[in-house]
Amino acid sequence: MSGKTLYDKLWEDHVVHTEDDGSSLIYIDRHLVHEVTSPQAFEGLRLAGRKPWRQARNLAVADHNVPTTDRDKGIADPVSRLQVETLEKNCAEFGITEFDMSDIRQGIVHVVGPEQGATLPGMTVVCGDSHTSTHGASGALAFGIGTSEVEHVLATQCLVQKKAKNMLIKVDGEVRPGVTAKDIVLAIIGKIGTAGGNGYTIEFAGSAIRALSMEGRMTVCNMAIEAGARAGLIGVDDVTIEYYRGRPLSPKGNDWFMAERMWQQLHSDPDAVFDKVVELNAADVKPQVTWGTSPELVVSVDASVPDPAQETDATKRESMKRALQYMDLKPGLAITDIKLDKVFIGSCTNSRIEDLRAAAVVAKGKKLADNIKLALVVPGSGLIKQQAEAEGLDKIFIEAGFEWRDPGCSMCLAMNADRLEPGERCASTSNRNFEGRQGYGGRTHLVSPAMAAAAAIAGHFVDVSTEANQGATA
Amino acid sequence: MRAFTKIDALVAPLDRANVDTDAIIPKQFLKSIRRAGFGPFLFDEWRYLDHGEPDMDCTNRPINPDFVLNKPEYKGAELLLTRENFGCGSSREHAPWALEDFGFRAIIAPSFADIFYNNCFKNGILPIVLDAGIVDDLFNELTEGYRLTVDLETQKIVTPSGREIAFEVDANRKFRLLNGLDDIALTLQHADQIHAYETERAKRAPWLFG
Repeated sequence: MSGKTLYDKLWEDHVVHTEDDGSSLIYIDRHLVHEVTSPQAFEGLRLAGRKPWRQARNLAVADHNVPTTDRDKGIADPVSRLQVETLEKNCAEFGITEFDMSDIRQGIVHVVGPEQGATLPGMTVVCGDSHTSTHGASGALAFGIGTSEVEHVLATQCLVQKKAKNMLIKVDGEVRPGVTAKDIVLAIIGKIGTAGGNGYTIEFAGSAIRALSMEGRMTVCNMAIEAGARAGLIGVDDVTIEYYRGRPLSPKGNDWFMAERMWQQLHSDPDAVFDKVVELNAADVKPQVTWGTSPELVVSVDASVPDPAQETDATKRESMKRALQYMDLKPGLAITDIKLDKVFIGSCTNSRIEDLRAAAVVAKGKKLADNIKLALVVPGSGLIKQQAEAEGLDKIFIEAGFEWRDPGCSMCLAMNADRLEPGERCASTSNRNFEGRQGYGGRTHLVSPAMAAAAAIAGHFVDVSTEANQGATA
Repeated sequence: MRAFTKIDALVAPLDRANVDTDAIIPKQFLKSIRRAGFGPFLFDEWRYLDHGEPDMDCTNRPINPDFVLNKPEYKGAELLLTRENFGCGSSREHAPWALEDFGFRAIIAPSFADIFYNNCFKNGILPIVLDAGIVDDLFNELTEGYRLTVDLETQKIVTPSGREIAFEVDANRKFRLLNGLDDIALTLQHADQIHAYETERAKRAPWLFG
């Protein structure tokens, strides 16, 4: 019998019951809650007279609607304010811990979870948010759910699921300087497409993945959903275990030793069989820039905007044409000739301390280009903000002309006041370049933090991996 | 949840691949704390020429005459025919809520994004996966007034020419949808097993139950 994949192991460890058709009741160890996808779930509990199955397994934080400036003045938009207040009320009524806007631990739910040790290796983690895949970086089975499932987890601590297939994405070799986790994952999405991972759980492996910090691994798993996979995974190693040592909610004392032993088993067996294997050579990956309205519409920074006429598939050709029209780009334009209006550094993909450091190195001692109207740096949590300020990163950004903001989802999806105006073009470290995502009529190019900072300084895209720009990325 | 058994429905074609949930229901409408009322804002950025905001009265908004759902011949359509990877992106259940509120009961596509697919079943919508070639056929033969019969019990679609097309659906999801059952009540029938699992797991991973 062949060995087990990490996904097989995590799945088997959480099965409570299996039906004849293979659908299973899966136990959920950690449920993260935010204000946007939970109000109707709490309302459902209330109407049915139900209580949370285990209050302590839930952790809530407001992130999507929160302002990133003038927090002391509250939330100006009454609709956003009501949603955030509703979360507070629901958490108080149902006995769920919430980090509110004034709490230093508040931040983007997928940044807060690992930072607090609220999401740990070996857990099943769910949240009413597709980027829950982020937590798979620690060897946890983590995936996004809808609001009906949020209610289901609250009421039963379980979900009815069918097991997905196993995909292995192996990235071996060494990346060139200036190439980051973001570039690796964008290159993967470019290769397999936004539907490539549908029906699969993706495990990322190989020497280039192993070489990443936990922050970088979270960036990779965060975007598994952009490749269509609900869950992304990376096996546990020393990097994982060291990351979790001493976190506020990590196991303590004897529990820690027990956990460590258990977590060390959290990797695929050498003879495990995957339904699909994709390989990528890290040395071939250059800094990536999306040019269209789907994350799969991505090229290397040294390339040009592709020509739909070269595409043989009719549906894809039409999508490309529509994307070019929306993005107001012409085939053949060099990516480095694309001029930007705004820059956004933040989101659950790239707002961790390492991301801010990478951007700060590029921005240090420089000034924003004249054509950049606004460049935002939005840390992923209050604690990251504090850490960055202790390192003096805030001063570097402010001196260069960036705005240094309070933590939240911000302009990744523009549910708060941070947004693009119609026609504005943005270099963004976020995860989705869909039409209107960052604001009605806005145009998004997805890039790494170093690439976003370099674009803010130059006013257009710059290849941070070339020799001429090397100083900027050392 | 409303049960789904059999429909004879007018079909609306949305000939685009990778339709994401941000397009189905833009982010500003997610600020609502209610579950109903999303229908008027379905595909808001494609359907209207102005920028929509929550609680807006949509009756006098300028509509985009080129958008398929604005064409009079598709008024009252309950079946959406579309291309691959429908519902990709965000997990927002507001997407099926908006589709359902607008009047759609079923969606046919060569593939769906996983979270969206799952969310449909929680809201009485039947997502049907058909071979890309068959979806092509349906797009090609669709003319004004084109209707399809969808029978969940027999897992069959019948076209106006009498062609029968079989589709797959998990037994468990089918049972729940046919009967409009409350998932939570069904799961709570396994409460003893959940407790037993917790007792056993607490021995192996006590830090999760402290």
